[in-house]
Amino acid sequence: MTAASRSYVRKVPSGRDGLWASGGPPLTRLDIELTERCDNDCLHCSVNLPAGDAGARAREWTAGRWKALLDEAAALGALVVRLTGGEPLLRDDFGEIYLHARGLGLRVMLFTNATLVTPPLARLLRDVPPLEAVEVSVYGLTEGTYEAVTRRPGSFAAFRRGFELLRGHGVPLVVKGAVLPPTRHEMDAFEAWAAGLGGSSARPSFAQLFDLRSRRDGDKNALIAALRIGGDEFVALARRHGEAAVEEWREYCARACAPRGDRLFTCLPAGGSAAIDPYGRLQYCLGLRHPATVLDLDAASLRTAVADFLPRVRAMRAADPAYLERCGRCFLKGLCEQCPAKSWAEHGTLDTPVEYLCGLAHAQAAAAGMLRPGEKAWTVADGEERAGRKGAP
Amino acid sequence: MTAKIDLGKVYGPSDDVVVREIEGEIVIVPLASGIGDLEDELFTLNETGRDIWAKVDGTRPLGAVIRDLVADYEAPEGLVEEDVEGFLQELLDRGMIVERG
Repeated sequence: MTAASRSYVRKVPSGRDGLWASGGPPLTRLDIELTERCDNDCLHCSVNLPAGDAGARAREWTAGRWKALLDEAAALGALVVRLTGGEPLLRDDFGEIYLHARGLGLRVMLFTNATLVTPPLARLLRDVPPLEAVEVSVYGLTEGTYEAVTRRPGSFAAFRRGFELLRGHGVPLVVKGAVLPPTRHEMDAFEAWAAGLGGSSARPSFAQLFDLRSRRDGDKNALIAALRIGGDEFVALARRHGEAAVEEWREYCARACAPRGDRLFTCLPAGGSAAIDPYGRLQYCLGLRHPATVLDLDAASLRTAVADFLPRVRAMRAADPAYLERCGRCFLKGLCEQCPAKSWAEHGTLDTPVEYLCGLAHAQAAAAGMLRPGEKAWTVADGEERAGRKGAP
Repeated sequence: MTAKIDLGKVYGPSDDVVVREIEGEIVIVPLASGIGDLEDELFTLNETGRDIWAKVDGTRPLGAVIRDLVADYEAPEGLVEEDVEGFLQELLDRGMIVERG
């Protein structure tokens, strides 16, 4: 016992380090894709199946199975669960799963398009708050632009109704846009609209770098690829508000980018997180469905998956000669979004360079003064000096 | 303005929080609205708070809790009382404990 006059209770902001005196629990966050089905049919989506896809629905885990998994996750120390899809609110049992997660003391990140928000759900999110702002994807500011993206008549009205229900119940929200041909011209208006909502002072994020289908059901991939912006436009968009973004890239390179050789898994999710698809298969992250990196949780416990399986995935090494020649030697590794999940979606492998991402990273590096025209980052001998990085990681 | 802690009364965790022990840390997670300030935070306890929390189970008046702690720590009763009162007032102010009788 000691003298008083100090705080006995410490507030720990979400997502911050420092909660644990030692290394922390084996699992801190779980991403759950409750369904691949969605009521929208967005041009750019890398996941969605039709809302009425009976086959997908029949294979989805039941609420009971999800609740048992959440029990396991909480026992492992998880603090946060992300509920996403598809559109997670398509599930009639969403509220039951949500309440179970919250009752276990998990914070819930909900990713939704808000079209299926009902008064009871808005009340639930008000009375038992998720403790994380609900992230709402907003596909356009008008019926015309919104439905040009979602390709579903009536979706804009449904979005407005659900969104206003959330707002009306005081549910904290974050809105996210997408840079697509129908909405590209709305970016300034979108930012102004988002600022007018109150809450966060940060500018809204925009999806820009669209992934191909993570199931590799390729019929839609040509459409998705055609929606992508090139490196020059990516840089131009980043410079809409001045040079801050370019300076961020420079600073990030100095801090975190370096050649990684044959190491494949270098991203942040490596630390204590996992993803589960709608059918109970554990993945390293939501986008990575390569069979060698997926574990069926009907046949293994989450504890086993976290303790034994994911470390084996993390230990995988690249073997593709092009990857080793290029990505393995590239000082922009980290700024570039090349990763096993992207390689999987594009090529069906874990370690094939993705030309699109390579081009974007080169455009960023050129804008930040780290590359000259025509240079390839993996051929530059003084890359780490150019990135302002002292010594190898 | 919340009520003042009364050492003659019984207190226990509110039904509006979930208390978890993770890696040796006590983590208090708001469940219902109106707990803490709900600004996207978890709450943990310091060492003294953890020791007190373990005995505040909603069955005994605080006077008995204090007597236990005095015996455990061989500490002056006044100092223990000061800690218990300070700690529980903070929890009561945040809505994390309630009076049980």
